[in-house]
Amino acid sequence: MLLAVDPLPWARAQMAFTLGVHIILVPLGVAWAFMILVAERRAMKHDDADARLLARRWSKVLAVTFAVGAVTGTVLTFEFGLLWPRFMGRFGDAFGIPFAIEGLFFFLEAIFLAIYIYGWDRLPPRMHWWSGVPIVVSGIGGTASVIAANAWMNQPAGFRLNAAGKVESVQPLKVIFNRAFPYETIHMLIAAYLVGGFLIASVYAFAMLRGRRDRYHRLGFLIPFTIAAIAAPLQMVVGDFVARAVYHDDPTKFAAIELVTRTGDHVPETLGGYLDSHGRLHGGIRIPDVASLLSGYSVNTKIEGLRAVAARDRPTFAQANVVHLAWDLMLGLGTALALLSVWFGLTWWRKKDLPKTAWFLRAATVAGVASVLALEAGWVVTEVGRQPWIVRGFMRVSSGVTSDSGVWITFLVVLVVYLAVAAATIFVLRSMARRWREGQDTVGPYAPDPGRPAAAGQEGK
Amino acid sequence: MTEADLVAVVLFLGISAYAVFGGADFGAGFWDLLAGGAERGREPRALIEDAIGPVWEANHVWLIFVLVVLWTAFAETFASIMLTLFVPLSIAALGIVLRGAGFAFRKVVPDVAEQRIFGGAFAISSVVVPYCLGAVVGGVVSGRVPTGGTAGDRWASWINGSSIVGGLLAVTVCAYLAAVFLASDAHRLGERHLVGYFRRRAIGAAMVAGVLALAGYFVMKEDAVHLHRHLTDRALPLVIVSTVCGVITLTLLLRDSLRWARFFAIGAVATVVWGWGVAQWPYLLPTSLTVEQGAAPSGTLTAVIVVTVVAAVVIFPSLGLLYVLDQRNRLEAAPARDDETLAAVVSSPAAGTDDSGRPGDRG
Ligand code: HDD
Ligand code: HEM
Ligand code: HEM
Repeated sequence: MLLAVDPLPWARAQMAFTLGVHIILVPLGVAWAFMILVAERRAMKHDDADARLLARRWSKVLAVTFAVGAVTGTVLTFEFGLLWPRFMGRFGDAFGIPFAIEGLFFFLEAIFLAIYIYGWDRLPPRMHWWSGVPIVVSGIGGTASVIAANAWMNQPAGFRLNAAGKVESVQPLKVIFNRAFPYETIHMLIAAYLVGGFLIASVYAFAMLRGRRDRYHRLGFLIPFTIAAIAAPLQMVVGDFVARAVYHDDPTKFAAIELVTRTGDHVPETLGGYLDSHGRLHGGIRIPDVASLLSGYSVNTKIEGLRAVAARDRPTFAQANVVHLAWDLMLGLGTALALLSVWFGLTWWRKKDLPKTAWFLRAATVAGVASVLALEAGWVVTEVGRQPWIVRGFMRVSSGVTSDSGVWITFLVVLVVYLAVAAATIFVLRSMARRWREGQDTVGPYAPDPGRPAAAGQEGK
Repeated sequence: MTEADLVAVVLFLGISAYAVFGGADFGAGFWDLLAGGAERGREPRALIEDAIGPVWEANHVWLIFVLVVLWTAFAETFASIMLTLFVPLSIAALGIVLRGAGFAFRKVVPDVAEQRIFGGAFAISSVVVPYCLGAVVGGVVSGRVPTGGTAGDRWASWINGSSIVGGLLAVTVCAYLAAVFLASDAHRLGERHLVGYFRRRAIGAAMVAGVLALAGYFVMKEDAVHLHRHLTDRALPLVIVSTVCGVITLTLLLRDSLRWARFFAIGAVATVVWGWGVAQWPYLLPTSLTVEQGAAPSGTLTAVIVVTVVAAVVIFPSLGLLYVLDQRNRLEAAPARDDETLAAVVSSPAAGTDDSGRPGDRG
């Protein structure tokens, strides 16, 4: 009845697609709560009505995006089992540990987000503000835990395999604090604040371009943009550090990143370009010695080439091209975003104002999407650069996959459902924004009912 | 008791928490589905929305908790279940997406036609998901999930007597819990006729659940022998406690003592889950994989236990805080609806005035 189709490419596609969607919502969950608290604090301290209105509205939108983040995250949880049962069956003992910790943070995040969002007029202001703090903390903790799991796939540690290939002698702390954990976590956390900031600011930049330049919109732009403008230059520094760590810890991935096939020194930095099926480099701009210089502070630094590893144990040339392209994209966008931040910073420092030209607002509008692209590109570097391993050096992706031949169907269904949810999310957010512009209110389910004594009306009884 | 046993107990406590709290949220969706047209169903739907709005995401995390404990501590069991029961679990995962998104969206769109679409997605998937999860449990308890990395039958593993009863029972139990919870919420909010509305439904659902349990008894006699045997001996006390709780709930409902009814309803459902665990003991997958055989190495189990202890210290008080604030009306009914006073500010943001003085004066 079912077409028996090889599940592997479909499982990969489904995992990549669902992760790629979830990761867009993550920066909002992690960083937005912080910005909301900044706005609310400002409202409390300076009795700033604009800031209060922003904080309120942001928290309502966050309620929507958080729900989408939560359900897409749940799909990922199922998918580890549905798509990669052999991987989980064998390595869940170790890989699972960070997720157990993540569960704690999810609980805290969901609980306090509810208290915060539903507590606006009901809790004393101070207590309300404090109820938002655990959201910020658990966003950071949750990110660190998930990244620990991903980092462990790149740098597995804290276990042994017995003769039968079963995991034994698990040391949870070593699993969590694996070699890649610190740099992946910091890089991702900064990315979350960077993307969250640029994304939210881009909405207000666009509105200001359209002429809505009142104080409310300015503040809505400044809070997130300032945070992003601090994060972006910082991310360059951290990224540089990460690249050197990858050079040491995972030379094969690094070779794919730099499109190096033969081991050697004086390696040029290649921008653009691609490898053909024989591994010959075509096109691109080569800047002499720079790759060597960046990896070891010396032109004599040796970089291991892809060919140093048996073909079956490293990314294919085609995969290396994907990694390299994504790398260029991340770097290019990262640099552009950092420059934009510097422009903003200098102008603010000198004039206490935004750059006057409309080009600044145009750039800030584009920065939202650009930062998301950088984030996705970074993940492609990490994930495709690990191929063919699901657990580097221990298990291949092809040995981890399910045997169910119906994955192509679930992939197509997932695609349709996610597109529908994405469309609905955009529709709903736009409809909220429009109503706010018009000063309208929402009503209960299925038609207005002014007569119903809402729960809020019960207070005095 | 070994570490593995302890973690298995934690797992079942997690399952029962999800069955009770997550279940009640699903059940609310069930009643939302049956509430009739836009006009007729407005009041019950408004109550449903107020009741589950602040809590459903926190309750949903129990599912994540269960999955994570399962895959960390009992990885092979997790992998085997996912491998065999691929179809119902895929449906459940997507159903969860539609349900959560549909619910969150319905609350913030103004237009009745739009609300209908999102509400429909929410309500229909609120029935589909518990059915699938119940069917999965049916497949597990009837021994249809093999171990060792081979998949069982893709269809028969969840389309069989035990699974069908399991699925229907799950839907019914969710509906029952929700009706009891909603009746007492209506009582707390002073909405008299909704009390009656949900009380009738609670009683109806309890009847159906009773019939299904009886049907399950006969189906499992042939189909899930291990479970059946032990439900009628060592797990019998729990079955009896559950029945007693169920009867007390009904009595309280009939007598209008709504305050305590929900606790007995919780008791009735939680004890069923525990009964399942006790009857299935010592197997994770009856009758091929025991808790001992399927458990992770000691380091992992210790980590899970430590996490559980931290959860008990940190999460329970937080959850308690959420429920208490909610029950004391310290959380707003519907945050998306509180913009009336904001409206003035919105039209001229720069001239914004203090908008915090609105609560309580709407009703
Ligand atoms: C907004 C996002 C963003 C920006 C501007 C940058 N990155 Fe990045 N990068 C990510 C977002 C990201 C990420 C969050 O998507 C990744 C994927 C996994 C991870 O830990 O961070 C990543 C991975 C990643 C990796 C692979 C890590 C691994 O596989 O272990 C390297 C080597 C870099 N980055 C280096 C850089 C450099 C040198 C940048 C300088 C401009 C840079 N990134 C900017
Ligand atoms: C903690 C976070 C993550 C974990 C644990 C994780 C885990 C996995 C796993 C198990 C696979 C399948 C095996 C494999 O192909 O290696 C995979 C593949 C993949 N993931 Fe990730 N992932 C994470 C984050 C992300 C994110 C945020 C993206 C965003 C785009 C992403 C992109 C991909 C891609 C593109 C693949 C397919 C690689 C290929 O087959 O060529 N991952 N990931
Ligand atoms: C780059 C990696 C990831 C990061 C930083 C991350 C972070 C987050 C954050 C902050 C949330 C809160 C919801 C939101 O704000 O949208 C969330 C939700 C969730 N994520 Fe992810 N996530 C990542 C990848 C994954 C992966 C690989 C899984 C699969 C197991 C996963 C499972 C979940 C689940 C189950 C939720 C819902 C929790 C709830 O109900 O509150 N996430 N994630």
